[in-house]
Amino acid sequence: MSQRILKTLFVAASFALTAAAPSSAQEIDPVKIVRNAQQAFFYQGESFRARVKMTLTSQAGSERLRELTMLRINTGPGGPSARPDKEVRSGLSMPKGGDQRYFMYFHAPGDVRRMAFLVYKYPAREDDRWLFIPALNLVQRIAAKDSQSSFVGSDFTYEDVSGRDVEADEHKLLREEEHGGKPCYVIESVPKGSASYKRKLSWIDKTAWLPLKEEYYDVQGQLFKEFAAEDIQQIDGLPTITKRTMRNIKSGHQTVVEFSETKYRLALKPEEFSERALRNPPRNWIK
Amino acid sequence: MGRAWILTVLFLAPCRAALAGDASSKLGDLEWHGFAQVNYASRLGTTRQDKPPSGDFLLGEERLQLQLSGSAPKGGAGYFAKADFFRDEVDSQADVDVREAYLSYAEGPWDIKAGRQIHTWGVGDLLFINDLFPKNYVALFSGRPMEYLKTGASGLKTSIYSEQVSMDLVATPFFEPDQLPTSRRFFLSDPFSQVTNRVEARPRHDLGNTELAARLYRPILGFDAALYAYRGFFRTPSMEPDSMAAPTKLTIVYPRLSAYGASLQGNAAGGVLSIEAGYYDSRQDQAGSNPVIPNSQTRFLAGYQRSPWTDFTAGLQYYGEYMQHYERYEASLPAGFPKQDRLRQLLTLRLTQLLKYQTWRLSLFSFWSPTDEDYYIIPEAAWRVTDELTATVGANVFGGARSTTFLGQLDLNDNLYLAMRYEF
Repeated sequence: MSQRILKTLFVAASFALTAAAPSSAQEIDPVKIVRNAQQAFFYQGESFRARVKMTLTSQAGSERLRELTMLRINTGPGGPSARPDKEVRSGLSMPKGGDQRYFMYFHAPGDVRRMAFLVYKYPAREDDRWLFIPALNLVQRIAAKDSQSSFVGSDFTYEDVSGRDVEADEHKLLREEEHGGKPCYVIESVPKGSASYKRKLSWIDKTAWLPLKEEYYDVQGQLFKEFAAEDIQQIDGLPTITKRTMRNIKSGHQTVVEFSETKYRLALKPEEFSERALRNPPRNWIK
Repeated sequence: MGRAWILTVLFLAPCRAALAGDASSKLGDLEWHGFAQVNYASRLGTTRQDKPPSGDFLLGEERLQLQLSGSAPKGGAGYFAKADFFRDEVDSQADVDVREAYLSYAEGPWDIKAGRQIHTWGVGDLLFINDLFPKNYVALFSGRPMEYLKTGASGLKTSIYSEQVSMDLVATPFFEPDQLPTSRRFFLSDPFSQVTNRVEARPRHDLGNTELAARLYRPILGFDAALYAYRGFFRTPSMEPDSMAAPTKLTIVYPRLSAYGASLQGNAAGGVLSIEAGYYDSRQDQAGSNPVIPNSQTRFLAGYQRSPWTDFTAGLQYYGEYMQHYERYEASLPAGFPKQDRLRQLLTLRLTQLLKYQTWRLSLFSFWSPTDEDYYIIPEAAWRVTDELTATVGANVFGGARSTTFLGQLDLNDNLYLAMRYEF
């Protein structure tokens, strides 16, 4: 297994070198870079689990906490059967399809404790979303139209948590530059339809393909939201952002998200992401 | 009673810290939580002198809830208990309410839960067709938090899961009626107001009276599809007079009921579409000719919910109740009694807006019946002051053209409520 990972990393790294080699930036397809970044950020490792701590801080300094366990599994083409590792190895492309299932179990604060949230994500159409409300023992389907709603009151939107359809934006490679000592592609993404931002700049690490920084600009062209990957660790051989911040420049509100007990390639089955899990989450999932 | 629960709390309170340390070794993954809450509801705009005994207040209570849960590190066994200790100034007494207390066990495709539990199913929003589990409408009408609309019932729940179809089966041997407004706290219309001699005859705790409720469900073409069946009793009481002409005594009974239904829910047209229907077989009056027992009915609803902009959700529902043997109902109804329509219709609208990083929630729920010509509106504002503290202010506003319809009779009970809760 570890040999395979090493090989993957080696191939990916050597590929990144060749990719960086062309002198003219125009030769590299920015859509492929964004696909690769999405793959690294939201899809790697087939399945994933982390204990997530979100710290929401207002401009006045008051703090709120959200603690949850998040599990994810890739189900569509591009999931386990399509071997995404191979896709990365064979070039700059993300698996097509990209269906996923997410399960989130809330530990704190009190008003959401024992709540569970299940999402079947389909990049090209509306997600299926269910919420379990423990006080009523009720599983409720919820409208999923607005993927730009705030996720549990934080500065992150649903899209920021589970990814945005690559096709929803026009992507352009602006330049290549170093960020935090790492060579990056700087991509400009402009939404084709309506979105919460008018323009987004992303600094994507050429080696790990993770976004190290993102800037969101509004209609007036002003920076209003900023993402930063604060800490990246190798987890099960995969580079993972274990601490990230989303800062709203205009309101001064910010959210810090920290992952702990992170693990990839768990023994999970897609059919376990079900109503049963909402009502009666398996112990080993949420401990 | 009061002293007993205070002692219990005092005894348990220090245990939390003591247990937290080595809980996992002794009690599984012990978790202890709960809340302290104050909840008041005051009548609005009624100057009448003949108020119910509760005066201007529908509710005036302080409440402490303790939740204890845990599970074995291996083997799928667990427990959960939730008890409320409260004092209600309207009744001037303290009491304990064991909301839930059950043991659970999961093995392979099976889940079993034994004990007092709250069950909810069906796709309606505050409208229930195939969810025939006990409800507390007094809680809803007097501004208690939404979770108090549902009451626990003691029994056994078995669930079997498979990829083809999953099933829940709930057996409840102990009948629990719905809590409906009484003249102690509410102005109500009572066709037998002159009869004070009343006895309640609940179904006895006989094994033969065990209520059975089942749900079969699976996804079909991206929709959540379910079939339901229920065998038990109407939870809304019927009043049986000893004589229709000159009643001197009323017996409050819960007639036998069977119900069969289905529901579908899924994404459609950028929102969530819900459809549900059920047939209520009134087993003690299948002919429909007994005026004191409800006629058999078909109930149905269609709902649509969507989020047109960030942090805003709108939901609309249409609901209908169709009486099966209307001619016989009309023929048997004693003179002077208010007559129901063959088809009772109801529309509901829910609007919810979250603000300021979802720390504020403004919501409006309204029922309106074009056939009964009555309505019920619940505007509410909730502010999450901190992660622990929430403050809620809202109102229950009732009205209608006649004082004999379900919501119209509550016309004089408009109230303003306040709830503050600290969760730990």
